[in-house]
Amino acid sequence: MEPSIARYIWKHTKKQQLWILMIVVLSMIPYFMSFDLPKLIVNGPIQGGGFEQPGATQPFMRLHYNLPFIGEVQFFSGFQLDRKATLFALSFVFLLLVVINGLFKLYINTYKGRLGERMLRRIRFDLVDRVLRFPPFYFKRVKSAEVATMVKDEVEPLGGFIGDAFVQPVLLGGQALTAMLFIVVQNFWLGMIAAVIVVIQIALIPRMRRRLIVLGRERQLTARALSGRVGEIVDGIGAVHVHDTSNYERADIAARLGLIFKIRFDLYQWKFMVKFLNNFLAQVTPFLFYMIGGYLVIQGRLDVGQLVAVIGAYKDLPGPMKELIDWDQARQDIQVKYQQVVEQFTAEGLIAPRIGALTIDDPDPMTNPLSAISLSIADDGGAMLLDRISLQIKPGETVALVSTATGGAEALAEAFARLNWPDSGRIASGADDLLELPESVTGRRMSYASSDVFLFQASLRDNLLYGLKHAPLTSVPYDGAAADQHRWNINEARRSGNPDFDIHSDWINYASAGATGPHDLFEAVRRVLDAVVLSRDILDLGLRSSADLTRHTELARRIVELRAALRTRLEHEGLSGLVVPFEPGAYNKEATIGQNLLFGAAAGPELADRALAANPYFASVLRQAGLDRTLYEMGMEIAEQAIELFADLPPDHQFFQQLAFMSAEEIPTYETLLQRLKNRPHEAVSENDRAMIVTLSFAYIEPRHRFGLLSDELMSKIVAARNRFYENLPPELQNAIERYDPAKYIAAATVMDNVLFGRVGNNHPDAPDRIRSIVYDILDELGLYAELLDVGLDFNVGSGGRRLTGGQRQKLDVARALLKRPDFLILNRPLSALDQRMQDKVLRNVLEEARRDDHSPAIVWVVTNPAMGMMFDRVIVFNSGKLVEDGTPETLLAGSGIFKELLS
Amino acid sequence: MLLKDEVGMLQRVPLFSAIEPTKLKLLAFTSDRVSYSAGQILFRQGDEGDAAYVILSGRADILVDSDSGPIKVAELEPNSIVGEIAILCNSSRTATVRAASPLEALRIRKDHFLRLMREFPEMTIEILRVLADRLSHTTADLIDARSAK
Repeated sequence: MEPSIARYIWKHTKKQQLWILMIVVLSMIPYFMSFDLPKLIVNGPIQGGGFEQPGATQPFMRLHYNLPFIGEVQFFSGFQLDRKATLFALSFVFLLLVVINGLFKLYINTYKGRLGERMLRRIRFDLVDRVLRFPPFYFKRVKSAEVATMVKDEVEPLGGFIGDAFVQPVLLGGQALTAMLFIVVQNFWLGMIAAVIVVIQIALIPRMRRRLIVLGRERQLTARALSGRVGEIVDGIGAVHVHDTSNYERADIAARLGLIFKIRFDLYQWKFMVKFLNNFLAQVTPFLFYMIGGYLVIQGRLDVGQLVAVIGAYKDLPGPMKELIDWDQARQDIQVKYQQVVEQFTAEGLIAPRIGALTIDDPDPMTNPLSAISLSIADDGGAMLLDRISLQIKPGETVALVSTATGGAEALAEAFARLNWPDSGRIASGADDLLELPESVTGRRMSYASSDVFLFQASLRDNLLYGLKHAPLTSVPYDGAAADQHRWNINEARRSGNPDFDIHSDWINYASAGATGPHDLFEAVRRVLDAVVLSRDILDLGLRSSADLTRHTELARRIVELRAALRTRLEHEGLSGLVVPFEPGAYNKEATIGQNLLFGAAAGPELADRALAANPYFASVLRQAGLDRTLYEMGMEIAEQAIELFADLPPDHQFFQQLAFMSAEEIPTYETLLQRLKNRPHEAVSENDRAMIVTLSFAYIEPRHRFGLLSDELMSKIVAARNRFYENLPPELQNAIERYDPAKYIAAATVMDNVLFGRVGNNHPDAPDRIRSIVYDILDELGLYAELLDVGLDFNVGSGGRRLTGGQRQKLDVARALLKRPDFLILNRPLSALDQRMQDKVLRNVLEEARRDDHSPAIVWVVTNPAMGMMFDRVIVFNSGKLVEDGTPETLLAGSGIFKELLS
Repeated sequence: MLLKDEVGMLQRVPLFSAIEPTKLKLLAFTSDRVSYSAGQILFRQGDEGDAAYVILSGRADILVDSDSGPIKVAELEPNSIVGEIAILCNSSRTATVRAASPLEALRIRKDHFLRLMREFPEMTIEILRVLADRLSHTTADLIDARSAK
């Protein structure tokens, strides 16, 4: 990138800058005309200049010029207008000029703004583009949050400046110069006084501001470091809590904020100091004019008119001067910011653009062997991870890399994946250096998974298919307004030097997964998920999440069938007792009282959780059903019991997980509430307190809590209240609740709840597991297994994939690498979070899945346990960065080397 | 059966007899009430011990695997506790427990049980007393068995 902001701006916007300059100059004409016009109106029609005779007329819009040599030439003699008509005509001209000036201003501002925004977009894109091209070692040194602030915040002010970069100095300089010239013409010496002050201003102020710039740079660096630290705290929050270092972090942040405060305060002090001086200098000039000018007038060497004119003209000088100095300050500031950012984004060994160039067509398979030639890699401390290794991986071969603790096999795998660059020697694919191959080859024909998995905050599906999104493969048809928008997007992208790849296109390369399109991709996905033993986890996720009904229509359509199949199956196996189904006319003992009352899933905040008891309509239903007092008394009883049981326990006690009615923090509130309300008649209790108490009863389940609060009479009253609730449901609550209907899918509930359509009995400890496996069986029988897997794939994995377990993340990473069906599959201790049995299972599955359909990729697997090596064609053993053994597992085992030692 | 009845039952278990009723109520409340039909397995020999069970009603058999199949070594009656050894010693189950009739039990989770022991020393002492008692019985049995040889 250009080291100077001015050059960067000029390089990318010179045409636009010249154009806007021209427009600005053009806009000066009506601007000055509008200055002149008031004088004409006042002197002419209003004061009657030229209209001394009654009925006199003046020409309007007469065009005549005094040309040299030819003399007066008249192009148009104009309209003859009388005094009133001239007043109106001139006033309308004034109005016209106002409009024209406004339009010019609008155009100029819009143009400048757009220019700035485009440049900002260009800079930001350039920066991110550089991030995408940085060599791997660069990322060991930078904090992601700092890079993000640079791209987001630090270049932001550049956008505002760019539009003014060249126009402002020309314009303001011109204005200042004109005023200066005018003063000098009036009186040379007064002009000189003004000039001297201006020179002092120009010399002194920027010098003083230099300190401001230094402070500004410090401010930028400290703020950037702050955001880096905040990012670190967020990423390492686990370590902070585990080591009780949160106060250390607090101290660190407070110290940084203190420093930032100091810098900022210094900055303010200087800023206002400079401002004061600047104002003072600007004001001192009129003082000199009055004193010296006045003295000259008294002496008779200057006439009053000239002095007044000079003072008048001087009024126009400080404005542009000040703005010019401001502009200069902004320029320096921006230059510093820009330089700071550019320095950070300048790195040695940037990946050449052609390596990452967009390639639509799939490359040919990599049929050449992959070889390391005298390869050495050192870590940051200079220790050799690999020391002059030479080896060759042939296509189709399965190789286990076995490594002692300091072996270096991981470094080799990273080098194959181009994540670690050789310090000497090289890796070659056939005759080509691996680092010279475009990513369209290495990224599609090779795949890599390691124990260090990164997942994007998106659905499981998106993460799984991420490895297939190399290029926009379809052109999306747009029509109407969307087409216009699309065209606009493309034009704007090009103008800002951004690429115009369509993010809405289908980027998924189905062919490389062995599919032909979206319809049969799922087969491939299912196979790789089965191979890494992740399907069951995803099915569980699917059961526990609510399905997106626009996508998973089949589930909703066949829900009745599903529910019936589950009932039949449970009856058949004599397990009907496990699930108590929801029936519109019956109380479900295994569900809470709240669920029995509502008999539906809350689809909005109005009737959810704590809001339910306070909802006026719901409260009125309870009253009419004669339940308000009963539930209140029940709530009081529950509160008493809960407080008796739990009041002595510390708030973080694990028993609180068992207390469904209130949280540990609420215990004291309820304790005081209970004391206050005890012995008070129900009528005297406020609405709010009543809701607080009644809400406790909503969480009650008799078989689970066993307080003995539920009678047959109460149950039938609750069912009656339920019906009453739905009979008169006000329109504003229609969308807040989805009533349980045996024939309808409940969108707001999970898939499991939908299939069960009831509650699992509380007193069968193994019921949930048994029911889950029965549900899977039924889904499989009805052909809905794939649909459920698809629901599970909608699961959002959270920031960095943290909503999945470590093992699940690693499995997903391997699945993603497998899905591509590469020619070289590099796996670097990919399953380290799993136990050995599971690792062996996945290993077997992966070897089989990778070779399905006569595909024979080379597989390089850095194994965590040497015994896994027995499943490969070839084992290579590393010790202290050196290749010490290489051969079939059988031959190595027959020898007496490290491999044998490691195995025994 | 309600919570307060369960507390009454727990009081009759020797292990818990000396513990205050309010603590027993907390124990009952935080435990799961489970029911089994005859023939259902509460836990199997070799499983990881994750809970102890107090039999509220019904009977259960204690079975130990042998070469000739499971052998019944004892029978559990209401008010008896089973499975507490495995959660105290962090070991796997030493026997299988199978319901011999429809069975109601309180399932006390391992972490809850240990937490209660930490918090209520009187309960721990009581448990120690019962275990020591058992040990001395076992020792006496052993001496008898040796001297009978």
